[in-house]
Parts: sequence; structure tokens; C-alpha cells
Amino acid sequence: MSDLPAYHPPNYNLKVVRQFTIMTVVWGIVGMLVGVLIAAQLAWPAMNFNSEYLHFGRLRPLHTNAVIFAFGGCALMGTSLYIVQLTCQAKLFSARLASFVFWGWQLVIVSAAITLPLGLTTSKEYAELEWPIDILITLVWVAYAIVFFGTIAQRKTRHIYVANWFFAAFIIAVAILHVVNSLAIPVTFTKSYSVYAGTIDAMVQWWYGHNAVGFFLTAGFLGMMYYFVPKQANRPIYSYRLSVVHFWALISIYVWAGPHHLHYTTLPDWVQSLGMAMSLILLAPSWGGMINGIMTLSGAWDKLRTDPILKFLVVSLSFYGMSTFEGPMMAIKSVNSLSHYTDWTIGHVHSGALGWVAMISIGAMYHLIPILWGRKQGQMYSEKLIEMHFWMATIGTVLYIASMWVNGLMQGLMWRAVNSDGTLTYSFVESVEASLPGYIVRFIGGGIFLSGMFVMAYNVWKTTRMPQQLVAEKAS
Amino acid sequence: MNVDITDFRGLATIFCALAFAAVVFWAYGPSRKQYFDDAAQLPFTDQGEEKADE
Repeated sequence: MSDLPAYHPPNYNLKVVRQFTIMTVVWGIVGMLVGVLIAAQLAWPAMNFNSEYLHFGRLRPLHTNAVIFAFGGCALMGTSLYIVQLTCQAKLFSARLASFVFWGWQLVIVSAAITLPLGLTTSKEYAELEWPIDILITLVWVAYAIVFFGTIAQRKTRHIYVANWFFAAFIIAVAILHVVNSLAIPVTFTKSYSVYAGTIDAMVQWWYGHNAVGFFLTAGFLGMMYYFVPKQANRPIYSYRLSVVHFWALISIYVWAGPHHLHYTTLPDWVQSLGMAMSLILLAPSWGGMINGIMTLSGAWDKLRTDPILKFLVVSLSFYGMSTFEGPMMAIKSVNSLSHYTDWTIGHVHSGALGWVAMISIGAMYHLIPILWGRKQGQMYSEKLIEMHFWMATIGTVLYIASMWVNGLMQGLMWRAVNSDGTLTYSFVESVEASLPGYIVRFIGGGIFLSGMFVMAYNVWKTTRMPQQLVAEKAS
Repeated sequence: MNVDITDFRGLATIFCALAFAAVVFWAYGPSRKQYFDDAAQLPFTDQGEEKADE
């Protein structure tokens, strides 16, 4: 494992990339397993086994933190530290600091896995971790930024490849978001209070929350897309110039979209309208990026028939296109009045999270793993298992989002239905009862997606045990 | 003349539109075509003799 593949001339630091790659698979399974458990709890409440540690309210933030920051975070850190070395043709800046980033990030994840089931939470969505962990995140993130930008500073190429621009925006924006939203006054070692209050607290929270989507779950993964789609298709990106416009338009518009999480609240009306308008404009750069990725295959569509890794990457872009169309639509105030607080939102999030984020990460991992373990590109242990995983992931995602669309629309319509005398047609619990079939389908969809991750884990395990092709060929 | 926040909002809109136009002009300027075409090849520079399909 310590031997670097012989074909990487500047002796790139691949150790940290390998570590992050393996942990991406591990945390993906853990995070999705918790997700399937809480999905089961919504269908069959007894699945919390009457334990406070397994209660939905405590495990739901564990699920979101594990899939976003553990699975997504490891995938982003691993791929960014790989891409920045290869496209800058420079070895990673400081192996020690890179090692600190890996182990520090794992410590953050383990701390989250311990504190959240114990009920220690700031109660801020996607920022639940208490202040000592927040400080650790900040230290790790600064180290990550130093490693990434240090490598860019040492680059041998004149131009900084567009993937690195997206990763850079992701690193800078997440640092700002995390520090500003997590500002709090500690009372004890495990309890703190936010420095913000009331409506301002809500606005800061959703400025953070939506930009966590925009920069963690979008910009970072677009960085991945701009490297792995061209690489896997063996064709340069459809339009590099479009990628330049895509980058600047996306990052300058995303930051304004947060207020759409607070429609019809105490947030001033003009701020709500601003959030809605900016969310609608966001469709343009989002689709610009999606089209740029998909059109990279223009003239080589046949590769989609035979290459399951490319299927992962291209289908992830299709889900990205779908969810970035759905998102602006749901940000329209009148649509939002129907969709908000219903399962439609959960469906929308998972169309992005399973369809886009997870599938592009999985595709990137299948591309990377053979290379990282000294094999030729595309030489995973079994291509058939990748194909199988692809269909499990796709079917799982479709079942998940379709059931949540049905549930969401139904809940929204039931909640707003009024009788001719002005009384509500349905009580709340009637909408819960009507949601049961959807919850069962969602559990099945999530279960299929999770099973696919186990198929991946087996394939990855076998690949890392195989002989190193390239090193062997060079020697003979 | 009274300058209020509405003027600021108008100026901000104009500024954003100009900034966007500048980015588009810079990206699509004919003199930078070769520069960006070379940049698009960066993921393939580690392949040695192998070149990406055109």
C-alpha cells in the first residue's frame, strides 16, 4: 500500500487520497444505514426500540451529518486532493498537514457519532455539533485549505484547471459559513447558545443551510464532475469557456438563495422575494453546468452503453438537472406554500443527495480506486458488479423520490383542504396515516440504494487485493 | 438630490449585469480561445503519449 504507482512522475501523495477513498465507502454505508433505520421508524414507529439513543430526533441529525459531512466530506477531500495534484502537476503541499486533515476529519465524524445520539445538539439544522467540535472542524478546515492552496501555489502549470476553482470556492465558502453560523456563547463544555436571536438567527441559519447545499453539495461535486467526466469519457470538457461563466455565475448567485427556506415567516417580505428571485435565476448556471457535463459525451454516446462508471457520472448529472429545476420551482412562494413542511422537500433533497451527490461520488470512486491501487483506469475487480450497483442506485433513488413526491403533494393538499363552512377537511393525523404506503416504498428504495453500497464495498475490497498491474508491467 | 437605498439597489443590479457581461466577454473573447482549449487538456497531461479524443 505504501508503494506509489510507478506512472505518476512527480510522486504524488496518494496515501491521503486512498485513506479518504476507503472512508468514503465506509461512511457511506454507515450514514445510509442510519437513514434506512429512521426511514423504517417513520413506517413502523416501534423500530426505535423504545431507546432514547435510537430515537428519530437524535438519529436524523446523525444520518444527515454522516452522509453529508462524513460520506460527502471524505469524497470531496479525497478527490480534491487528488485532482489538485494531477492538474497542477505538483505534489501535495505538506504530507503531515494532509495527514492531520484526514485524521482530524475522522475525529470530527466520530465525535458527531457519539454526541448526537446522546442528545447533545445546538439544534441548528446541518450545524448540530456543539462548540468544541465546531472548533475542531475549523482547525481541520484551515489545514485543508492550506494543503489545497499550498499545492496550487506550487503548480507547474500556468492555468488553474476549472475543477480546482470549484473546490477553492467550496473550501472558502464553507469556512465562512461554518464560522459565522456557529458563533455561539458556551455555557458548559457540551452546551452553547447561538449569538443570534429570533428572525436573524433563522436567516443566518438558512444562509448557512442553503449554502451548505450550494457550496458543499454542489460546487465541490461540480469540481469532481469537471475532472472525472472528461477523464472517464477520455474527452475534454464540452466547453471550457462555458465552465468559466458557469463558475462565476453559480457562486455569485447561490449565496442569495437562502431566504426561500423561510417563506411566509417573520422574515421581511422583500427578503423572501429576493430569495425567490435569486433561486429562479439559479436555474441558468445550474443547467449550464449540467449541459456542459452531459455534452462532453457528444459524439461518443456509445460509451454510455458499455461503461457503467460513465453511466453513474452521466445519470448523476441528469438527477442534478432534475433537482436544480425542481428547486427553483419549489422556491416560488405559491408553490412553496404547498410543498413546504411536506415530504416533497425530503424527496427533493434526496433527488440531489442520492441522484447527484452520491452517484457522482460513487462514479468517481470507481474511477479512482483501480488507479490508486496501482491498476489501469477502469480495472475494478468486477465491471458486472458496478453495472449491478448502478441499477440498484438508480432504482433505489427513483423509488425514494417518487414516493416522497406522492406523499408531499398529498400532504400539502390535505392540509390546505377546507370544507364549505371554513373548517379543515382533514385532521393532521389523517395525513400521517395516508402517508404510510409512501413511507414503506421510501424504506424499500433506500434499502436498495444501501444494498448497492455493500456491493460496492465488496468490489472495492477485492480490487485492493488484486495484483498491481502497472507496476508489474513496468518491471517486466 | 436625495440618494437612498433604492438607488443603491439599482446600482447593484447594473453592477451585477456588467460583471456578468465582463465574465462572458473574457471567457468568449476570440484571442483567448487557444488558452482555454489548452486548459481543457489539463486532466490529460498525466497520460504521457495517450491523448484525449478530439
